[in-house]
Amino acid sequence: MRTRSLLIFTILFLSTQGVFSRVKTDTVRTLEELTVTAGRPVEVIPAQTLSGDELNRLNSQSVADALRYFSGVQIKDYGGVGGIKTVNIRSMGTNHTGVVYDGVELGNAQNGQIDLGQFSLDNIEAISLYNGQKSEILQPAKDFGSAGSIYMRTRAPRFEEGESYHARAALRFGSFDLLNPSALIELRLSRRVSAQLSAEWINSSGKYRFRYRRVNPAGEVAYDTTAVRENGDINATRIECNLNGELNSGSWRVKFYNYNSERGVPGAIVNNVWRRGERIWDTNSFAQGTFTYNVGRFTTLNNIKYAFYRTHYVNNDDKQIKIDNLYRQKEIYFSTANEYAPFDIWRISLSYDFIWNALNADVYGFARPDRFSNLLSLATALSLGKVRIQASALATFIHDILRGQEAPADKHVVTPACFISYAPFRRPDFSIRAFVKQSFRMPTFNDLYYADMGNSKLEPEKVTQYNAGLLYERNRRGFWSSMRFSADVYYNYVTNKIVAYPKGQQFRWTMLNLGKVSIKGVDVSALVTVNPVDQLFLTLRAQYTFQQAIDITSPSDNYYRHQIPYIPRNSGSAVVNASWRGINLNYSFIYVGERYNQQENIRYNYTQPWYTSDISLGYDFHIRKVKCRALAEVNNLLSQDYDVILNYPMPKRNYRFTLTVEI
Amino acid sequence: MDKKISIFLYFLLLLIGATGCREDELVVPTEYDIIGDEDLTGSVRGFYLVNEGNMGSNKCTLDFYDYHTGLYARNFYAEKNPNVIKELGDVGNDIGIYGSKLYVVVNCSHKVEVLDAHTGIRLGQIDIPNCRYVRFHRGNAYVSSYVGPVLIDPDAPKGAVFEIDTTALRVTRKVSVGYQPEEMEIVDDYMYVANSGGYRAPNYDNTVSVIQMVDFKQVQQIPVGINLHRLKKDKYDKLWVTSRGDYQTRPSRLFVMEKKSGYNQMVVTDTIPVACSNMAFFGDRMYYYATEWNNFTASNTITYGVIDVRTKEIVSDNFITDGTEKEITIPYGIAIHPETGDIFVTDAKNYVSSGTLYCFSPDGKKKWSVRTGDIPAHITFLKK
Repeated sequence: MRTRSLLIFTILFLSTQGVFSRVKTDTVRTLEELTVTAGRPVEVIPAQTLSGDELNRLNSQSVADALRYFSGVQIKDYGGVGGIKTVNIRSMGTNHTGVVYDGVELGNAQNGQIDLGQFSLDNIEAISLYNGQKSEILQPAKDFGSAGSIYMRTRAPRFEEGESYHARAALRFGSFDLLNPSALIELRLSRRVSAQLSAEWINSSGKYRFRYRRVNPAGEVAYDTTAVRENGDINATRIECNLNGELNSGSWRVKFYNYNSERGVPGAIVNNVWRRGERIWDTNSFAQGTFTYNVGRFTTLNNIKYAFYRTHYVNNDDKQIKIDNLYRQKEIYFSTANEYAPFDIWRISLSYDFIWNALNADVYGFARPDRFSNLLSLATALSLGKVRIQASALATFIHDILRGQEAPADKHVVTPACFISYAPFRRPDFSIRAFVKQSFRMPTFNDLYYADMGNSKLEPEKVTQYNAGLLYERNRRGFWSSMRFSADVYYNYVTNKIVAYPKGQQFRWTMLNLGKVSIKGVDVSALVTVNPVDQLFLTLRAQYTFQQAIDITSPSDNYYRHQIPYIPRNSGSAVVNASWRGINLNYSFIYVGERYNQQENIRYNYTQPWYTSDISLGYDFHIRKVKCRALAEVNNLLSQDYDVILNYPMPKRNYRFTLTVEI
Repeated sequence: MDKKISIFLYFLLLLIGATGCREDELVVPTEYDIIGDEDLTGSVRGFYLVNEGNMGSNKCTLDFYDYHTGLYARNFYAEKNPNVIKELGDVGNDIGIYGSKLYVVVNCSHKVEVLDAHTGIRLGQIDIPNCRYVRFHRGNAYVSSYVGPVLIDPDAPKGAVFEIDTTALRVTRKVSVGYQPEEMEIVDDYMYVANSGGYRAPNYDNTVSVIQMVDFKQVQQIPVGINLHRLKKDKYDKLWVTSRGDYQTRPSRLFVMEKKSGYNQMVVTDTIPVACSNMAFFGDRMYYYATEWNNFTASNTITYGVIDVRTKEIVSDNFITDGTEKEITIPYGIAIHPETGDIFVTDAKNYVSSGTLYCFSPDGKKKWSVRTGDIPAHITFLKK
């Protein structure tokens, strides 16, 4: 596996060198970035976005690491390079988060969770987080469905006059025996067509030292032990190929994606157990195509996708039950979104999505479900000068088919949403905004049909969100080159929450719609860039989140009105960045306040706050015409010993170096 | 301009003000509750309760009730043994006292923890993979384990019973038994082990292994019922064995095994048509409860009952007489005070929050209840 990946990489890299020195003299028209929103009115509710250089500098290996800098977001991080990382927006639960990769939502019908640790930042150009939904009415029906969404956009080729190719190679290495080479080639195939090939290989032993220390109330050390995290190794490859084309009044894009990994599952560190025998092999492949076209006042956006996910899970621990299971998921997705603008100020859209999901597992008693989802959305946007309004309604129809057992009744759910923003002053610097949205999540295949544990009678879990906020944003030349301040208050109400419920003895569980959660929160964020001296830019970015997320299921529970697990009341981050000519210094601080690792807020479930400081130093330089960048990162500078998830210790201080060359 | 900087600084100050700092992790402290059910005259000093804790949480904890002080000590292990790295461990599964030593079987930490029964101070540990239950006989402790010593078929290893010398605290002998053995009992120098085969669902084991103690050899496997779990003897040396069923079509059942007069072999004499999750004996009475999941109502059906061990007849369909059973979500453990006949029932609730221990008088009236750790399950009484 390892040698083969290396070979592929080497071939790719060498072929780059060969092919690209020849095609340089062509002169063709600049290919614009494929964005359907170009030239449209600004968003009703802007997203939190990290992009370009700012994203590169943020001491992040994966998309999950970068998301820690957004407000209202909690990351579950099981530690290390290969550890699973999932994201939870405003405490509503991971399954309510939509993750969109280059315009098409990623699906996981098996457990509804996307491991964002799998997405490296290597070719990601921008990450945006939308609360509610993306303020855009020309989008697939599915995009109207999630309670919050993360949009990942990969780098799009942009050629200057006279350019015909770009090539980039990068090498990351550092702690955990990390070796992560990557290569990117962009080719201008014709006047209007370009291709991009991106490949990456990640290899890491995942070994890191961690420490557990306890003191007695007198201050004497009770125990203090440092051990090495085992079984956290990863060997993964990613290959991605994009073809982009431009039409007279439209564009198209085709993407092929393949991710292959073999990982150890580190497991919980408990008394007398320091290593485990679980391993996972993942193969995620998909092909997707996007076509957008504009005729007068009519615009259409069409997507098609086929995805195949294969997961092989093995537990080899001699002390435990032997498990060797193979899960195969398939998805076919088709979407058409159509917008018509009867007047300049008024637009309407109609979208229809069809999704087929199938899951096959060689697990005893597994129902091998097929799911057919039909989604229909109707949306409208109104721009009345200072006031902008968007309203949408999404109807979802779900039909499951099972092998060897009766399928549950079909589900029909209609969820509306309404977004308003108002800019009271002459200049649009300041605006206030509000939204109300209903959304739901379908029980996953595991919730419904997993052998012994699933409950096919489950109903969708529902969320109602109310949000109000303000935004001040200004960009101009001079000392204050840019400023942005935003604040939101929100209330989310989760009903029919799907929770694991015990049945009988010895960890036998089932899933029930038994749970109500009330979430009240405040998100505040600020960004200031100053330009005190020529070419020196200082940027400060800070965000703070307060959340009271309490379980209000039943007064008879001993955790009634207690903060739900792993949701801190206070969390925040601050980033200070200084750039002068080619030198860039970045300091970032992340704080996650005290939490409880179980439902009951008692001393035995208390988890301490954690906060880490990361710094990076980058230097951009040229060797003739080759753009080079060297980046050194130190993460967890103060070497704090902390767990994000109980018994999953995080790494102490660690280092990473990146060398990038680009032509 | 300065105003804008100060706004930003105020914001940062607010951020710092709203946040707390990390402190040294303290040894997990003991909590005490005053119960007041004191008894200075009896021969029972108190009882230990082991809370299993959810898998991966490392929250197996020990509680102790002291009849002299009337104090309930919750989670005392770490405070008594602060130097043990990562405390008692992950998923407790059984507890027993033999002589002056207390044995705690910690399933997912793959060890049997040995404490001084009177002080709770650690004496040592014996590593046994996937250990389940502990019983004692002639100076030895016997521990059932899902993992046998010889991996004949690596995909479906048979279970084993390990023999531990209670003085040297080390494994002296092992014997291979059926698949995933659970509880066991010793009658007339033969050990009977209930095999579950839980890792082989739906091909459960259905036998009770018989081990000849002299040469520690399995001499027989008696077919009884699928997925066996509990195996306890009454005062007449009859064995009461429970089957968990397959959770689908075959329900949980209770079997009785005894020796025909003139024979030395246990045979199944009765199948009592009740579901049974766990039981405890007092005199001629067997107290039991059952939790069975009902797919149609999507809820647990919980039953309590009393059986006369002489007649094997159900003499009562509930030993809780004051309606307290409505408060119990998932009964998970049962024990009877050997002198007073007080009945103890634990409630595991949703497995991931504190449970409750209930104490009932012999006539089924609630005397007291107390908050426990997560999944309170197994109780053993400490004699003076």
